[in-house]
Amino acid sequence: MSPLPAPDHPQPKSLRDLFMSFTLLALQGFGGVLAVVQRELVEKKQWLTREEFVEDWAVAQILPGPNVVNLSLMLGDRYFGLRGALVALAGMLTLPMLVVLAMAIVFAGIADVPAAQGALRGLGAVAAGLITATGLKLIAALKENVMGMRTCWAVAALTFVAIALLRVRLLWVLLVLGSVASLWAWRQIGALKVLGTQT
Amino acid sequence: MNHSPLHIVLSQADWLALFTHFLILSLLSIGGAITTAPEMQRYLVADNLWLTNAQFNSSIALAQAAPGPNVLFVALVGWNVGLNAGGGLGAGAAGWGWALAGMAVAMLGIMLPSTTLTFVAARWGHRNRDLRPVRAFKQGVAPIVIALLISTGWVLTAAHNHPAQDWRLWLLTVVTALLVWKTRIHLLWLLGAGALLGALGLV
Repeated sequence: MSPLPAPDHPQPKSLRDLFMSFTLLALQGFGGVLAVVQRELVEKKQWLTREEFVEDWAVAQILPGPNVVNLSLMLGDRYFGLRGALVALAGMLTLPMLVVLAMAIVFAGIADVPAAQGALRGLGAVAAGLITATGLKLIAALKENVMGMRTCWAVAALTFVAIALLRVRLLWVLLVLGSVASLWAWRQIGALKVLGTQT
Repeated sequence: MNHSPLHIVLSQADWLALFTHFLILSLLSIGGAITTAPEMQRYLVADNLWLTNAQFNSSIALAQAAPGPNVLFVALVGWNVGLNAGGGLGAGAAGWGWALAGMAVAMLGIMLPSTTLTFVAARWGHRNRDLRPVRAFKQGVAPIVIALLISTGWVLTAAHNHPAQDWRLWLLTVVTALLVWKTRIHLLWLLGAGALLGALGLV
């Protein structure tokens, strides 16, 4: 695969580095891995800029399948081709699968203990906060968006109302709002090009 | 779960049907495997009686509490179907074998189509990332994707809808969101604190 990100990007050093990175990410991701992925890959390892992360995340989310798994597959492929994709996938799933299985076998014995149920409840609340914070942080990535900040806010607000408050199905939101926003972005890119050739 | 609550017999055709069902669900799982949970529940619990409702619900709850992608609830669902078909872990090696087979069938089924499609489509998209339609799509969808994350936090929190007892839970979510947004505190501290507060009955 020739198209690598800009050369000034840090990158995974080897397949082993890729596997270990994704395994560690997955094992830190209680209640979903996305918050950790953003924190580690964008803020610490800097394999991706915030803008690239949002773009890749958009693709990972729009395609069927678990989003973080899709994202890890895409990144693995970009650095090391098919082998990288498979290694990233294996890193994301192998050890966490054994952990969840062990938890299921143990938890079968203590599911009725109030403290265990309480801990699950507390973990759930923190996980909800992590996801929300990830979204809040990524708002900064919209500054560079061709649609302009005001349009971005409007699209985001409509999405929130539809999904969180009205509970519209995701598929419809993506089809309707996604098409309208993409068409708008398409027009804006064209307008920028015209502006660019004139000057 | 060590003694399976259900005893079922799965023929080869049943295993094949189970596998095929997960293959189809995989292609429908836009937004994550969790979005297919209602359909999975209908097929496994209501229609075929291969799984109890309690087994299904605890599979989801455990996978969400465990580290790793939430899709792993499918592994537990498959594990439980295998347990029911093989007589449970009490049945010894055969019980373990069937449970592991169930897990493998479910995970392969839910992963194979979506990952293949993602691999091909994402490669194409990345190679053509300078094309105007590809750029327009990514730019247009960016605000939607970000709003979806915030919505997910909202939906998870709103599921606890008894203000009198749940306000502390909401507060914990808000404080977590602010801390992660504005500071670089390690996420595991927050998760540990959440589990501890919960175990002590404080939230």
